Parts: sequence; C-alpha cells; structure tokens
Amino acid sequence: MASANDPFQFQEFDEAGSLLEANRDSTTISIEVEPVKPEKQRKAAGLNPADEDDEFDNDDKTELLSGQQKSVPFWTFEYYQRFFDIETHHVKERIIGSMLPWPGKNFIQLYLRRNPDLYGPIWICTTLVFAIAISGNISNFLVHLGKPNYRYTPEFRKVTIAATAIFSYAWLVPLALWGFLLWRNNKIMNLVSYSFMEIFCVYGYSLSIYIPAVVLWILPFEWLRWCSIVVALCLSGSVLVMTLWPAVRDDHPKFIVAIMSAVVMMNILLAVGCKAYFFSKPEPVQHLDSPVAAVVTNST
Amino acid sequence: MAEEASRPFAGLSDVSIPEDIPVEGDISVPVGASRRDDEYSTLDEPVKETILRDLRAVGKKFIHVLYPKRSSALLRDWDLWGPLLLCVTLALLLQGGAADSDDQGGPQFAEVFVIIWFGSIVITLNSKLLGGTISFFQSLCVLGYCIMPLTVAMAVCRIVLIGGSGTVSFAVRLVVVTASFGWSTFASTAFLADSQPPNRKALVVYPVFLFYFVIGWMILTFSPSQ
Repeated sequence: MASANDPFQFQEFDEAGSLLEANRDSTTISIEVEPVKPEKQRKAAGLNPADEDDEFDNDDKTELLSGQQKSVPFWTFEYYQRFFDIETHHVKERIIGSMLPWPGKNFIQLYLRRNPDLYGPIWICTTLVFAIAISGNISNFLVHLGKPNYRYTPEFRKVTIAATAIFSYAWLVPLALWGFLLWRNNKIMNLVSYSFMEIFCVYGYSLSIYIPAVVLWILPFEWLRWCSIVVALCLSGSVLVMTLWPAVRDDHPKFIVAIMSAVVMMNILLAVGCKAYFFSKPEPVQHLDSPVAAVVTNST
Repeated sequence: MAEEASRPFAGLSDVSIPEDIPVEGDISVPVGASRRDDEYSTLDEPVKETILRDLRAVGKKFIHVLYPKRSSALLRDWDLWGPLLLCVTLALLLQGGAADSDDQGGPQFAEVFVIIWFGSIVITLNSKLLGGTISFFQSLCVLGYCIMPLTVAMAVCRIVLIGGSGTVSFAVRLVVVTASFGWSTFASTAFLADSQPPNRKALVVYPVFLFYFVIGWMILTFSPSQ
C-alpha cells in the first residue's frame, strides 16, 4: 500500500473501484439479511456457513480475482465467454452430480459454485433432441418390422417438434420459476436466491438423465419403458427439488407445495409427452388373427 | 568563365526545338510496391484462369481432407466454395427419396442446408467461446470441407440402393457411413484440435462428433422411392 510516496510507482486505482462495488453489494445484502441471518444460521444444516460465505466473500473475491471489474453489456461476445469458463472434468462432474442426487448435496452450491455455464445445458438439450428423434425413429421401425405394407420413412419433421419441446422446457420453465422466486423474494426475506443462469443450468443438467432413458426406449417393451421413465423422473425430479429447497423453505407452506408440485408436474409432462408422441406402443402378440385391432393400436 | 557565369542560360538562347521531334520520356519511378501490385492485379487475366485458380485451391483442400495430416494449409487460406459445393451436392443427393410425396419423410433441401450451416456456425461459436484461437471463417471452412467423406458415402449409398434395399445393402451402407463418419470426425479434429487449450479439447470435439453423427444418420436413413 506504499504507493502514495513514489510518484513513479503504478497505482492500482481499479482496486478501489472493485472494493467499492463489493462494498455496495455487501451493504445491500446486510441490510436485508442481517436481522434474519443469525437465527437461520443456528437452525439450518451444515451447509449454511457455506451459504453465508458464498453470499459475502465470493462476491468481492471473484470481483478482485476475476479481473472483470466492469460489467460487460450483454450484447458483447465477452459477456457470454464468462459462461464457458469450464473444463472437461467440471462438465463430467456436473453431469454425474445431476444423475445421482445425494440428500444434503445441493447441485447449485456443490457443483456450480457461482460459476454457471451455458455449455452443459445447450449441448445436453441438443443431444436429447436428436436422441429422441433418432430413438423414436428406430423404435417405430422395430415395432413395424415385418409388416408387408410398411414403408420406412425417416420422419424428419419430428426433429423440429422435439427441438421445440425440449428447448422451450429448458428455457421457459426456468424463466417462470426465476420470476416467481423473485416475486416471492420481495415478500419474504430469503437467505438464498438463485440467479437465472443458475436455475437454467440446473434444468439443463437435470435433463441429462433422460438421454440414456430415451435410448433404452428403443426396445419395444412397455414395462421397460415405464420403469425407465419412473427411474429417470425420480432422479431428475429429486435433483430439482433438492436444489430449489433452500430457496423456498422460508416461504408459506402453500407456496412451497405449489412450486414443488409445479416443478415435478412439468417434468412428468415432458417425459410422458415425449414418450407418447415419439414412441408408438408395441403391439399385443396375437395380431395375426385380428388385423383390424392391429391397425387400431397402430395409431399412436 | 565569369562572363558565362554572369550570363546564365546564355548558351540556350540559340537552341531551338523543331516541332516535328516529339519530346517524350518516362517519369515513372521504379518503386517495388507498384511492381508487386502489377503481379497480383487479377483484373486483366482471362476468366478461365481466375476460375481455375479457385478450383485448384478447392481441389488442394479436398486432397488435404483425404489425407489429414497436421498441416495448416486448410486453415491459412480459407474459402467457402468447397463447403458450399459439398453442401449443395449432399442436399441434392438426399432428395428424390420416399420423402417427396410424404409429409413425414426425409429432410428437405432447406433443412439439410440449415442443419449444415447453422450447425457449423454453432460449433464455431462454441469453440470460440471456449477460448479457441481459430478464426470464425477458418473453422467454418474446416467443418465444411470435412463433410466430403460423408458426401462420398452418400453417393456410394445411392449406388448401392440401385441394386436393392434389403438387409445386405443396409449392412453395406452401415459400414460405409460409419467409416466415413469416423473419417470426417478424425479429419476435422486433426485440424481443429490444436487451436484449443488441452483441458477443453473434449468439450470442443463432442459437438463436432454430434454434428457428423446427425449428418451420417440422415444419409443412412435415406430410403428411395419405388
């Protein structure tokens, strides 16, 4: 700090600026949270000190260390480069963490750690779109194999439909959830609040369990499909619920129930809807006797 | 001497220039820059030479894709003629299937175009956002040229399908498409991998793999109309 004496020594002026920014942040947080925080800290589980650390220190630490003291406007390239600041093993850890939820481990706090990325959600959604379209096509082919008047068609339209469904689920539901949480945050003093990118990141990674499930649906056994849907729903639903729990637990019970059931409902809707639309039901065995029944069950 | 010095230009008073001798000379200064300009000025060359030069560049790049070594010739002088040619050829070859009459058919011409170009742009943006040092058009150029093995596979598939569309032909097509998909992915990663930091290579290679897999799928599922 002995920079005032020597006029030729380089003085770090932006340090003060970032300190001021960090100070600005911490004063606003302390005004809202301080009366609530001490009691909550004693009540909650062991992760809360990590919460508090995350809230306070990471703000100014990341400000000072990341070197990005000014906020970049969202129409520049550098703004989005921030969300691709991950490495291969990070992505692997996050995918595995989203497939195997552990009680007490919050996805956002454990894996994201204030570094949400756009790479995972975007490429997982794209892979899921093509996986659904291709698997649906293969399963249709296998179901209708051997029939004399069946002509194989690639059904390329379904890629567009799958893309619309998956990407709107991945974008609109987090947006609605984030808006709702923001609205509730104004009413209730909340310890933990998630940014839109973090919620979007969780939703994107939670879709990763469906990729192996969808590939399993190629086999034309109804019991296998329903088993895998239930397993995938449980895993991805529990990841979402456990992640969102800290953000809503201070709220009215009716809002907690409303949010959680909405999250789970949308998940179920997506999974069952995709299965019903893209994968036709395999037929009962005795279709040689009743070609009419076979034709009727043919239409998905 | 002194008289001559005191009367300047005295000797010139009786010089007369007859009017029928033209006075001419060359006042251009022989500077290197203008000579280089003359060499590279392509305005005056015949059109055939212009076209042939571009075709030769495209052909050289095709050969580089066939034998991918770690050479930067593809990267240094990028051009998008080759990718355009390959994209149009592939999209045309994918037409004329069972698709045309049906609604639930194969990809339309515009869909193939959009998938190839939009996919290349997304992969390029992805690699640049991850900190790649390759430029935008160089990456588009590499991804476009590496579609060549798949286009060749499409042509081979169409020929095989003329012979019949049973299980044997499907097996042959599967082998051909898988081999060319592997070749395309290997060729493009040979060119693109060096421009990425080592801890993110897999993150950049996976979208390329997905891209060529989808194109290979479109080729494999092409079914001819009967």
